[in-house]
Amino acid sequence: MRIYLDHNATTPPAPEVADLVARVTRDVWGNASSVHHFGQQAKGLMDDARGQVADLLGAEPSEVVFTGGGTESDNAAIRGAAEALEAAGRRHLITTAIEHEGVLNTVKALARRGWRVTLVPVDATGIVSVDAVTAALADDTALVSVMHANNELGTVQPVEAIAQAARDRGALFHTDAVQTAGKLPIDVRRMGVDLLSISAHKFYGPKGVGALWVRRGVRLTPFITGGRQERGRRAGTENVAGIAGMGAAAARARQKMATEGPRLAALRDRLERGVLAVVPGSDRNGAAEPRVPNTTNISVERIEAESLLIGLDLEGIAVSSGSACSSGTLEPSHVLKAMGLPHARTLGSIRFSLGESNTEAEVDRVIAVLPGLVEKLRNLTVTMKR
Amino acid sequence: MRIVVAMSGGVDSSVAAALLAEQGHDVIGVSMQLYPSTPSGRSGQAPGAPMSDRAYGTCCTLDDLHDARRVAHALRIPHYILNFESRFDDAVVSDFVREYVSGRTPIPCAHCNSDLKFSALLERATGLGAGALATGHYARITRDEAGGYHLLRGLDHGKDQSYFLFTLTQEQMARAMFPVGHLDKDTVRTHARRLGLRVADKADSQEICFVPDGDYAAFVERAAPELTRPGAIVSEGGRVLGTHGGVHRFTIGQRKGLRLSSSDPLYVTHIDAATARVTVGPKESLGRVSLTASDVNWTSGVAPVEWRNIAAQIRHRHTAASARVRAADDGRADLAFDEPQTAVTPGQAVVFYAGEEVIGGGWIE
Repeated sequence: MRIYLDHNATTPPAPEVADLVARVTRDVWGNASSVHHFGQQAKGLMDDARGQVADLLGAEPSEVVFTGGGTESDNAAIRGAAEALEAAGRRHLITTAIEHEGVLNTVKALARRGWRVTLVPVDATGIVSVDAVTAALADDTALVSVMHANNELGTVQPVEAIAQAARDRGALFHTDAVQTAGKLPIDVRRMGVDLLSISAHKFYGPKGVGALWVRRGVRLTPFITGGRQERGRRAGTENVAGIAGMGAAAARARQKMATEGPRLAALRDRLERGVLAVVPGSDRNGAAEPRVPNTTNISVERIEAESLLIGLDLEGIAVSSGSACSSGTLEPSHVLKAMGLPHARTLGSIRFSLGESNTEAEVDRVIAVLPGLVEKLRNLTVTMKR
Repeated sequence: MRIVVAMSGGVDSSVAAALLAEQGHDVIGVSMQLYPSTPSGRSGQAPGAPMSDRAYGTCCTLDDLHDARRVAHALRIPHYILNFESRFDDAVVSDFVREYVSGRTPIPCAHCNSDLKFSALLERATGLGAGALATGHYARITRDEAGGYHLLRGLDHGKDQSYFLFTLTQEQMARAMFPVGHLDKDTVRTHARRLGLRVADKADSQEICFVPDGDYAAFVERAAPELTRPGAIVSEGGRVLGTHGGVHRFTIGQRKGLRLSSSDPLYVTHIDAATARVTVGPKESLGRVSLTASDVNWTSGVAPVEWRNIAAQIRHRHTAASARVRAADDGRADLAFDEPQTAVTPGQAVVFYAGEEVIGGGWIE
């Protein structure tokens, strides 16, 4: 049996969600923009889903824009806000050094086109300082984008305080909540954010569908132009089946969160404690709290994570390390580098991200397998060097 | 047995993996990523600083990695891409540049085999619990009754790659496998078609992989502009005949690109990096009857103290010539040809053959 501990990369779709997606694909194939019966059926499912997603976020359904996923939501928010505020003379963007590539590379692309960009650093806690963001704010700051929780460490960022600081200077605030939606309660009003990205497949929904929450009154320049779908904010015939699946997954996550969160936290802590105890020279990366309940990131001295990851895979244990790039190779994590960790430590980091299917027995198996694997790899390095 | 196969995305290593899988081995495919493939991959931006423009790089081997992955998927074997960028840069690319600016003509493929595939990659394979590392090289390894390993030319002499493998030690040969070494290229392609591999008709790679346009001089100039300097082209008598843009643009025996007006054809006969002088002369001056090799590997592990008759190959495309060789001090070897050989080029390898077998080799001084 394979053990899947990479839920921050993706989650297995819940069976009822997968069934719904299949059923809608087959039976509700109308174009949601059509006036007739077929269109109405599709539109009805989308309306239901919009309500379910809005409920997950504490939002109004009309504020939810369905997209093709988390990265598209990030692009729509950042490009859309940057362009909309350009005319007002706001040409400055702020983000952090530990963002997901969906944000980081979008901001970099805008930097190449003339926007001024500030990348706020982090320290070894992996938590962005509110003061550092506040200090970076300028009169012409258009948008601040800070992730809700970091995908590699699980650390939760102080988005409420940062949102307040941004608002005080008249800047918009966006958060990539892809790693928190369905894991932590989200209330967009309480958070005080203007834009929030989520992705269905991170909470047991289908891939290829996400949402951008846009606070009522916030004007974005559409990033995908075409028809009037999604109130003109995201053109293109809607992925009705995927959206229905996202709605079902959102409703499901909202209902399970209160019990699943503490269960995962206990399981994650068992894993973390166990690994740190049995693997000599292992350390947790980033602060213990606040974190999403399912994630731990551990560096192992004198080991290249690449080897450990492959070794674990061959043992049937799926974890991840750094961030996988387009070719599937492994790069030293930009997050750990930004935290100022020594190079060797960034190369030896493994991320475990747990999910619904994981059990204590699975966690114990990882704790049992890891020391032997680490020792084998370390001995090998010594032998070969000699 | 668990076997790691180094898959380049080409037909040879693809068939190597397929044959081993067919034989029932527990095959794991790995591909080495050797140079940057994505602009974001090396994000060295300092946090807090305003970001500057970054040029988008492109990579010639993403397609090859993709092919390797597709083949592995079709064979239903696991496949991993290993990042060897910094090691490749240290072990192969830097050496390549250093050699050219030193007036020598390097062979990066041989360095890649000795310093990457059969060292770091072999180490990784062992770490994955593999008993052997297989590659798609056209060469053979046999084991004698006493347990010694022998490196032989590939059966297809037209494709033979043993010249690039002379650094292999007994220890490495014990764990290396060349599953296509006993096949000819046509047979390999036939296997690929029989197995339905998408790379069956893929063209052989020609150039040095990290210089896809074959313009080595331009590569060296981009990599180390501070190390290249112009100099003089002189006759064997020391008369200045012209100027040149750097010794890295020349190799022994080169005739083209000298831009000299001379009634008789002139060839590069000597390169002196210290004075940046390139000496040219008639073809007759290219002949050498002896050479010294350094960093010599004797594949049996035993260096011959007495002169031994062998056939010496001094380039990949050179017909091995009769010679005598014996070990000298400091890991060197002295070699004397029976007949003068044209263009004995420092930086290239000289490989010693006894019949089909590689008994050793070293770097031409």
